[in-house]
Amino acid sequence: MPKLYTGAEIVFKCLEDQKVEHIFGYPGGAVLPIYDELKNHTSIKHILVRHEQGAGHAAEGYARSSGKPGVVLVTSGPGATNVVTALTDAYMDSVPLVCISGQVPTHLIGTDAFQECDTTGITRPCTKHNWLVKDINNLSEIMHEAFKVATTGRPGPVLVDIPKDIQFAKTRYKKPKKEKKLNGKFNNSFSQKQIDQLIELLKNAKKPVIYSGGGVINSGPKASDALREFVELTGFPITSTLQGLGAYPGDDNQFLGMLGMHGTYEANNAMHDCDLLINIGARFDDRITGKIDEFSPNSKKVHIDIDPSSINKIIKVDLAIVGDVSKVIGKVNKTILKKKNGHSKSNKSNIAKWWEQIQKWRGKDSLNFVNSNDNIKPQHAVQRLYELTKDKDTYVTTEVGQHQMWAAQHYKFNKPNRWMTSGGLGTMGYGLPAAVGVQVAHPEKLVVDIAGEASVLMTMQEMSTAVQYNLPIKIFILNNQYMGMVRQWQELLHEKNYSESYSEALPDFLKMAEAYGCKGIKAENPTQLDEKIQEMIDYKGPVIFDCHVDPNENCFPMIPSGKPHNQMILGPNDQEDNKIKGKGKALV
Amino acid sequence: MPKSKSAYSITTKKKKSDTYIFVVWVDNEAGVLARVVGLFSGRGYNIESLAVAEVDAVKNISRITIVTTGTPQVIDQIKLQLTKLVPVHKVAEFKREDKNVIFKEMALFKISGKKKKLDKCLNACKKFDLVILDETKTSKVIQITALRREIDKISKKLKPWGLISASRTGAVAMTRGAKIFN
Repeated sequence: MPKLYTGAEIVFKCLEDQKVEHIFGYPGGAVLPIYDELKNHTSIKHILVRHEQGAGHAAEGYARSSGKPGVVLVTSGPGATNVVTALTDAYMDSVPLVCISGQVPTHLIGTDAFQECDTTGITRPCTKHNWLVKDINNLSEIMHEAFKVATTGRPGPVLVDIPKDIQFAKTRYKKPKKEKKLNGKFNNSFSQKQIDQLIELLKNAKKPVIYSGGGVINSGPKASDALREFVELTGFPITSTLQGLGAYPGDDNQFLGMLGMHGTYEANNAMHDCDLLINIGARFDDRITGKIDEFSPNSKKVHIDIDPSSINKIIKVDLAIVGDVSKVIGKVNKTILKKKNGHSKSNKSNIAKWWEQIQKWRGKDSLNFVNSNDNIKPQHAVQRLYELTKDKDTYVTTEVGQHQMWAAQHYKFNKPNRWMTSGGLGTMGYGLPAAVGVQVAHPEKLVVDIAGEASVLMTMQEMSTAVQYNLPIKIFILNNQYMGMVRQWQELLHEKNYSESYSEALPDFLKMAEAYGCKGIKAENPTQLDEKIQEMIDYKGPVIFDCHVDPNENCFPMIPSGKPHNQMILGPNDQEDNKIKGKGKALV
Repeated sequence: MPKSKSAYSITTKKKKSDTYIFVVWVDNEAGVLARVVGLFSGRGYNIESLAVAEVDAVKNISRITIVTTGTPQVIDQIKLQLTKLVPVHKVAEFKREDKNVIFKEMALFKISGKKKKLDKCLNACKKFDLVILDETKTSKVIQITALRREIDKISKKLKPWGLISASRTGAVAMTRGAKIFN
């Protein structure tokens, strides 16, 4: 007679077989059998958060910084609904999460029982797939498939809803199958012919640009290596989306900076004027493309993506290669090297003129800002943070808003998986719990959440988690007392009617730090900034850093709504000629 | 709608929409129809009709037939998005005008009235594989199979002759010849 295991035991056996080391969660009635089993599995450490959304974002930070799936454990009803924001965030940014939720016992489903909700119904549109386990005999298979779905193809979140009676029921445990085909969901079906077509395009390009995205990061460190080799072999300029930062070194001369709404002048103009656009693992997001009708009007477009539904979704492309970035680019590099005399040297001279043009755009120095001796400019604060932490292999998370864009513009990333930000969903409150997750995955590394004071208040309770597990995360708040990005749009689009974007009663962050049992540091003028940042870095424990910055600073450059890439606003001096008119307003 | 100047909406040029029929083979499991239908509503696609039933009890496969309209780009997206769903095995799409595909819809009509009108109704329905399922002195329940637009037309015609209740299925589709879709 084979040994029978309870549902709760099977959950942990599956987690062990999937090599899970950390789970982020919060107990409650409908998951108590699973929590009861936790003590018998010492290889798995549970991180108790203070709100289920925090568990989800922490798991996202964990996943994005480590390349492993993040695991979340929540109870039924409010536990499940609280995690929905994080699941949606992970879905938009392609982060592998496995969320296990408790459910009321099977016989009570549909009766409006205490803490019951239709979890699989609610999470259906924000997960890659979800399962309600109605039969204990399916539990191990479903758990293993959940990990497979979350981590293969384009990664994303999945949810397994387990009723309480199933957690108590007993059955045999089934090990994961070695190779299970997922209805062909894993796509790697490109051909050498497509690679040759790409090489042909590379050869003839006079004004090429590479536009890389989060797919390169998701494809693993090998993909970043392959991308670097590809850029070196071709000599082409490269720009990156918000999510792709770090795949290519941010301080390299061939890197044009981020593109899109708050991207650099040179990156956006290169996108507009190029004759060959190579999209590697990005999805033509609307913050990137600007006005669709005038998007890169004269270019041949190539799109490399693992998700076939990304191809031709927004922008029609001339050559689509569906596959894993590291595999595709690896193959391209090999082919280039094989044909070396035919291509690699001669093409670089082909594009010399193009580089000259790019240098001219660079001359605009579009990330420039007017610094001040009286108050701290937020851009300056990020620059100083970068200078003082760049030799430390620092991991950076952010919240959402102006500070996020300044971080993306002024903090240079040299390695993949060092930059965690909520791009697709734009979730304020992402950064603090994400930093918790990153620090759990990398206990020895410096982890900084570049935050805004409005965002960070949304998930501030997770400081308590950081203190409990002695996670030395640094919350670097650019405090301008406004919801800065909202204020900026109101200034530019709504005649400076700052409707509800000013926070009248902010907490004293120093006292807050003290209350949580961590360190608080405040910086109010530029002269003390470096010293205070250094103090933050040197402190062995979690820190809340309250950096008071100029409340009226706007984030530039900017593509105003209704405009294409080549009509950017550069800064305060340039604004007069570029007013956003009438109908453009409705469309941001 | 005012002409969009947006950098952030999708294409501003209105392209021509056509009617397409999607055939989707799925695992017959709880919630699968909700996934397919939710994909359509969540992404703003339109469903004109829907027919679903298990077709293979051994392999547990259901076949869903969906009639929808969209530009070629949208139709392409629908297909790719459907293919991504985990319980979906394969997806086929056909233009309504496709001569190689047979489309059929079934309708049940209840008509009531005097004999003369009832006969008129039966006569009009003759060419649509008419089956009489139930009859009394003053009423009939009949079944017809035809194309969607034919049923639209005939039900309009029958109204004044005593059609009091109509029940219709969504369209189902099958390719002609011995070949099957893979």
